[in-house]
Amino acid sequence: MTGTGTGTELLAISGVTKAYPGVVANSDVSFSISEGEVHALLGENGAGKSTLVKMIYGLVKPDAGSMRFRGADYAPAEPRAARAAGVAMVFQHFSLFEALNVAENVALGMENPPPMRELASRIKAVSEEYGLPLDPGRMVGDLSAGERQRVEIIRCLLQDPKLLIMDEPTSVLTPQEVEILFKTLRQLSSEGTAILYISHKLEEIRALCDEATILRRGKVVATCTPRERSAREMAELMVGATLTPPARAAQEKGAVALEVAGLSVASPIPFGTSLKDVSFAVRKGEVLGIAGVAGNGQDELLLALSGELRCSAGAVRIDGVPMGDQGPNARRAAGLVAAPEERLGHAAAPDMSLVENALLSGAVRKGLVKGGFIDWAAAGEFAAGIVRDFDVRTPGTHVAARALSGGNLQKFVVGRELSQAPSVIVINQPTWGVDAAAAAAIRQAILDRAAGGAAVVVISQDLDELLEIADRFAALNEGRLTAPRPVEGLTIDEIGLMMGGAHGMEVAHHGH
Amino acid sequence: MDIGGINPAILIASLMVASVPIILAAIGELVVEKAGVLNLGVEGMMIMGAICGFATAVGTGNPYLGFVGGAAGAMALALVFGFLTQFLLANQVATGLALTLFGLGLSSMIGQGYVGIKPPATQKLELGPLADIPFFGTILFEHDWMVYMSIAIIAAVWAVLKYTRTGLILRAVGESHDAAHALGYKVRRIRMLAVLFGGAMSGLGGAYISLIRVPQWTDGITAGAGWIALAIVVFASWKPWRVLLGAYLFGGITVLQLNLQAAGARIPVEYLSMSPYLITILVLVIMSSGKGKAALNAPAALGQNFHASR
Repeated sequence: MTGTGTGTELLAISGVTKAYPGVVANSDVSFSISEGEVHALLGENGAGKSTLVKMIYGLVKPDAGSMRFRGADYAPAEPRAARAAGVAMVFQHFSLFEALNVAENVALGMENPPPMRELASRIKAVSEEYGLPLDPGRMVGDLSAGERQRVEIIRCLLQDPKLLIMDEPTSVLTPQEVEILFKTLRQLSSEGTAILYISHKLEEIRALCDEATILRRGKVVATCTPRERSAREMAELMVGATLTPPARAAQEKGAVALEVAGLSVASPIPFGTSLKDVSFAVRKGEVLGIAGVAGNGQDELLLALSGELRCSAGAVRIDGVPMGDQGPNARRAAGLVAAPEERLGHAAAPDMSLVENALLSGAVRKGLVKGGFIDWAAAGEFAAGIVRDFDVRTPGTHVAARALSGGNLQKFVVGRELSQAPSVIVINQPTWGVDAAAAAAIRQAILDRAAGGAAVVVISQDLDELLEIADRFAALNEGRLTAPRPVEGLTIDEIGLMMGGAHGMEVAHHGH
Repeated sequence: MDIGGINPAILIASLMVASVPIILAAIGELVVEKAGVLNLGVEGMMIMGAICGFATAVGTGNPYLGFVGGAAGAMALALVFGFLTQFLLANQVATGLALTLFGLGLSSMIGQGYVGIKPPATQKLELGPLADIPFFGTILFEHDWMVYMSIAIIAAVWAVLKYTRTGLILRAVGESHDAAHALGYKVRRIRMLAVLFGGAMSGLGGAYISLIRVPQWTDGITAGAGWIALAIVVFASWKPWRVLLGAYLFGGITVLQLNLQAAGARIPVEYLSMSPYLITILVLVIMSSGKGKAALNAPAALGQNFHASR
């Protein structure tokens, strides 16, 4: 499984530069990949990884610099040209069609797809050969995240790519599913296919990749052989600073602040997952981490806890008071604040200013509305306080939420909820799309609130994050919650099983 | 075999004729919506098709050229809509509504010189002995060519959407424009073509009203048929054959109420004439109350503007 390249150069990038108004996404980037090599591209959000691979895939044209692929000049005008040359890409988001079936999705990613019946049998054959079994007739909307990714990979493999680009492929997988994926990638690499692998997950990169190129602010700052470096060293190369893990004080837990008992509720989301008999309790000062692969009921759980989705009164108790049939404002008044995953459109109204957004959620607990009139001065102060305390980079509190970068808006949204002196905090994906330094700050703020006596529920797909901040750990799997277990002594394998193992995908790879 | 003074064979035959404009406009809008664009300007495009078709037919003396002219006139309006929404990213709902108002006004202006003129007549298809079959002959084989054409168009749209790559790409664009763009499909171009097709179909439908169904020109001659067509697309859950069903249902009620009026039913005329619209509303309410089943069938990117910066 060494999979090291044959030494024949496959792709060479030299001096590639791409600027957008106001930002230089890539500046003079050069590196090369050999046939059969697994090459990691590392960097924080906004380091320019995505722009770089989009250029290789023909979605974006470089301003300067050149690329060579298989010994010839390479400048794909569109993805079609890139695919014809032998470059395939597995996307992180936005590339599957939920209402179409597997075969149709695959056909859309191919240049000259065979007739549907023939394509379906080829999908079956190739997917079994690589240990990723798939049913071509199923609707993609009904598939698990891991199975969806298989659709994308099979779509690529059917075109015999020389270079396979994978953008954050494991962010939606359980540890067992990651193992299956890695086996497939190693098999591909041994057959001579080069893989360009983008990820934040440094341990995975150490396990899989032969070489790594590290980007920071659009420039190549280092190259290394991941096996020979520690994850921490690579993280510091990415950030360009020394990282300090969040600190937490051991302390006594208080009384139960949030109790959920037998919560079952139908999902209001198309293709969503209904919650089935979810029960847990969180004490004051305690952080409960809830893991799970995306789409296993996380969004529904947040809706049910925040009050957007009502249930029977006794199913949700805040400080012992039945609140299940109450809406978000009543629950806020009772001390529960919630920050959903989707920043634009759910946590924040995109076209409203930061002050207005602060007011929308903070009105109840901060007393920003008096006798039906808005106290704009107090709302402005509240918003300015959030910006100051959580280091939100913005020209002012008058700008629209839409204008903030994802990470900054996340800091604002989380900060807004944490600044309301809550007794119960529910957050879904607190550091999604946030760079390492800001993520550390957000986690520290959450731990500080817990230390101050708040009960915290963190729903996240980032296992490292949960293990870092949670006291107890539970996993959502198809709408059911496992019994919470103390984080201490929990192994990655056990976590994987709690998350549903390989979702019945164990059949994979027995032939290899 | 008359029932209450109404002959069922003639009733069915005339409902098939009455529903042709709606079938055409609805199947065009279905393709537009399948591509993810919501064009509420169907009524405006239809009436532009009606007047342009009428003017062309009167000018050339050829009813077939009239249909071509009608399609072209409505496509011109669709082009405006497509340019505004796909390239200038204007709001689709507002643009569509404006398009209807604009079309109604413009058609009335163009039509000033055409009031009271008779268009050249369109011949019925001579199907010889088939038309002599009792009952079914009257229903199926005594129509003008557009009746058969409209059904053929439904079949063609169904087959293209279901079996061809073109159809697959069209559905993909309407399902998720971001994903389609990431795979390298030209979202704007595909949507533009769909909008133009929708315009052409609306234009044919409009021309059918002014050239065959009525046949003459008066202001506002389409009388809300475009809105009905929009409703029928939802009623059909974006499935081509159900468009036919919906259009016949609506056409049937329209014809039935006309026949009831003629037969001297004791219900006030106003109630009879509002009945098709009431039933459309009723059907839509029933459809959409079914726990989002109709909504699930809707193209996921319907009505969302696409901007290729991501």
